[in-house]
Amino acid sequence: MKIFATYNIKGGVGKTATAVNLSYLAAQDGYRVLLWDLDAQAAASFLFRIRPRVKGGGKALIRGTRSIDEAIKATDFDNLDLLPADFTYRNLDLVLDAAKKPSRRLGSLLAPLSGEYDVVFLDCPPGISLLSESVLNAADTLLVPLIPTTLSVRTLDQLTDFIGGLDGSRPSILAFFSMLDRRKRLHREICEQLPAQRADVAATAIPAMSLIEQMSVQRAPVTAFAPRSAAARRYAELWAEARERAGLPQLSGSSSMP
Amino acid sequence: MQSVVRQFVLNGDDGAEADRVLKLPGSAFAVSQASRSMTLRRLWLDTFDWRLYRSGLTLEQVSRAGVTELALTGRDGAVLAADRFAPPARGADGAGRARPAWPGLLDALPLGPLRDHLGPVVGVRALLPVARAVSVVREAKVLNSDEKTVARIAVDRMSITFPAAAAMPPRLAVSALRGYQGQAQRVADLLAAAPGVQPAGGSGLEAALAAAGRRPGEYSGKIDVKLTPRMPAGLAMAALLAALFDTLQANVPGTLRDLDTEFLHDLRVAVRRTRSALKLTGDVLPGGMAARFQPEFRWLGDLTTPTRDLDVYLLGYPDMAAGLVAATGDELAPFHAYLERSRTAAQRQLARGLRSARFARLTRDWPDAVTAAAARPGATRPSAARLAASRIGRAHRRVLRDGRAITATSPPESLHELRKRCKELRYLLEFFGSLYDPGEHWRAVRELKALQDCLGEFQDTQVQREEIHAFAAQMMEQRAAPAATLLAMGEIAAGLAVRQQQARGEFAGRFRYFSSPDGQSRFRALTGAAA
Repeated sequence: MKIFATYNIKGGVGKTATAVNLSYLAAQDGYRVLLWDLDAQAAASFLFRIRPRVKGGGKALIRGTRSIDEAIKATDFDNLDLLPADFTYRNLDLVLDAAKKPSRRLGSLLAPLSGEYDVVFLDCPPGISLLSESVLNAADTLLVPLIPTTLSVRTLDQLTDFIGGLDGSRPSILAFFSMLDRRKRLHREICEQLPAQRADVAATAIPAMSLIEQMSVQRAPVTAFAPRSAAARRYAELWAEARERAGLPQLSGSSSMP
Repeated sequence: MQSVVRQFVLNGDDGAEADRVLKLPGSAFAVSQASRSMTLRRLWLDTFDWRLYRSGLTLEQVSRAGVTELALTGRDGAVLAADRFAPPARGADGAGRARPAWPGLLDALPLGPLRDHLGPVVGVRALLPVARAVSVVREAKVLNSDEKTVARIAVDRMSITFPAAAAMPPRLAVSALRGYQGQAQRVADLLAAAPGVQPAGGSGLEAALAAAGRRPGEYSGKIDVKLTPRMPAGLAMAALLAALFDTLQANVPGTLRDLDTEFLHDLRVAVRRTRSALKLTGDVLPGGMAARFQPEFRWLGDLTTPTRDLDVYLLGYPDMAAGLVAATGDELAPFHAYLERSRTAAQRQLARGLRSARFARLTRDWPDAVTAAAARPGATRPSAARLAASRIGRAHRRVLRDGRAITATSPPESLHELRKRCKELRYLLEFFGSLYDPGEHWRAVRELKALQDCLGEFQDTQVQREEIHAFAAQMMEQRAAPAATLLAMGEIAAGLAVRQQQARGEFAGRFRYFSSPDGQSRFRALTGAAA
């Protein structure tokens, strides 16, 4: 089981759009995928039309008084399940703080699901917290969306340093540019230069597109409702890079039987 | 991920009926029907003696657009194991996996959980198609107020193509999406209340066979004839012989096609039982009947022996090869090749015999004779219970007498003779089993079986030792026997001798138990109670 996490200290940079589309693409490939919406704002849950409610709330999940298994919901797409967000997730830090080995907690909660899922996506809320530390610990690959500015490059460096200082297993980082505006010269320059200079920056950049914003109206991944669009193609390229980075083989693609 | 919650049958479907029912009138759910249907080819598999069905298992192969899925389900419809077969994807490196061809043995399946699950149940038997159908399936999604799918309803219009052509009323299967079981149950409740909708009883296979006018579990190698104590003995024997002939006939096609070793085995057992019936109870049949057919069934039995002996060798081969201490499996390989060649030749001989005029005559004349025997069972003859008691009693006394005469120095032939007497007693117990209390009958059979197993081991190892010497001589003649192979065969012969000695050592104890006053009184109680 490979665990991906979409993560950035900043909000509104395309974490949820990435988690939703890449988890859909992984499921289409034939992987059995679980997406955990860890953000109390519940955007990923909303996009899959799943009500953001977990019985007993985040506390019961983290403490293990309720099994994750019971909270999982199927999406409308084959091979893709979702662990919904809950409003109580806003207090997850407090719950984690009270738990033993808080930074290892998410990893040990997910471990029993390894027979059931091949790929897990963690969609994280912005910020640096105990929760994000636990996510960084559990993840094999960190997907970091960056707005193409000089400042965001600094953010990536800070994140790399931070991860370098963590105990235990450290995820490999795959940063990529998100919300790219080709009309802006700076955006274009950064997107051309950086991937060539740094191995931790993906070649694929996700442009800012109204079709991606349409996801909240359609309530589905853009890769599902407009699979041939430019936006969907970029996500497919990004998934191919992420898959390779995580060492997952290419499957022949799903043609699920009823 | 989804799981079937409930299945229904839609009666009186005129095409529009399904559409009306699927709207779930009066509920808050919206239903969105797929615009296109898909066509599936279904194939159900089981052994000739229905081992899967008898174990509450269903093995179904579903093919669609070149992709085949083989799934084993339990009584509750839950999938226990599955395998997928697809041709190699275009441009992909993967080799793909070809769909297995049926009928076939288990080794047609790739190693994995499905084969592991099937192994202990199916054993050496081949899997045969027991029903085929073409399904046109249209799926409908049931949506909640967020337009989230909470359940799916599959409408399956199935046409049976084998074992007989038949149309079936549409089947509706409600499946839940993970985390939405409650809603799916509500959908199933709504469907259950709709007019024309009935719960589907039994599996898809049972429904398919019922529509084709068949029922699963039709064949069993066991004797299943219900006798009554007062019926004339001649009529009872005619009924038994007719059932035995059915079993014999049922196994001829599978033996000719050489699908697995058990067709021939069951055929041989039916022949042996018939021969024992003629020998031990022939006097209650019309005059001359036994004398006329005994040589024919003897011929048939002898015809089947060479192939069966080689089957026994080949079935036991992996264990024999694994049990070698001095020699290696590789050194034994020419012996295996020799056994295979010999078996091919023996099977050809057997098939020729089963296609001969003599066999055709036997299968034509024998049922006529049995029917004639049933038509005039002779009112003055004894009752079935009297016949059973006298013949079982006589056979039992002979086993006791011959067994007591056996000492540590008796020749192997005397144990072989005793084994034959035990077999006769066993067959009589099986013929007349329906006359007795099942518990008492089972205990008597169990005691006899313990003795038979010991004698069987002794005799089989004796025969196999003689055979392996003959095989070695023939292989030398054919220049197919390297010295290392002969030495390995020698080691096997030595192993057989050890097993034979063990069996001989166990005999006295087993016979003492069988012939104890308790054992004897159990037999007397059995036959005395029904007489």
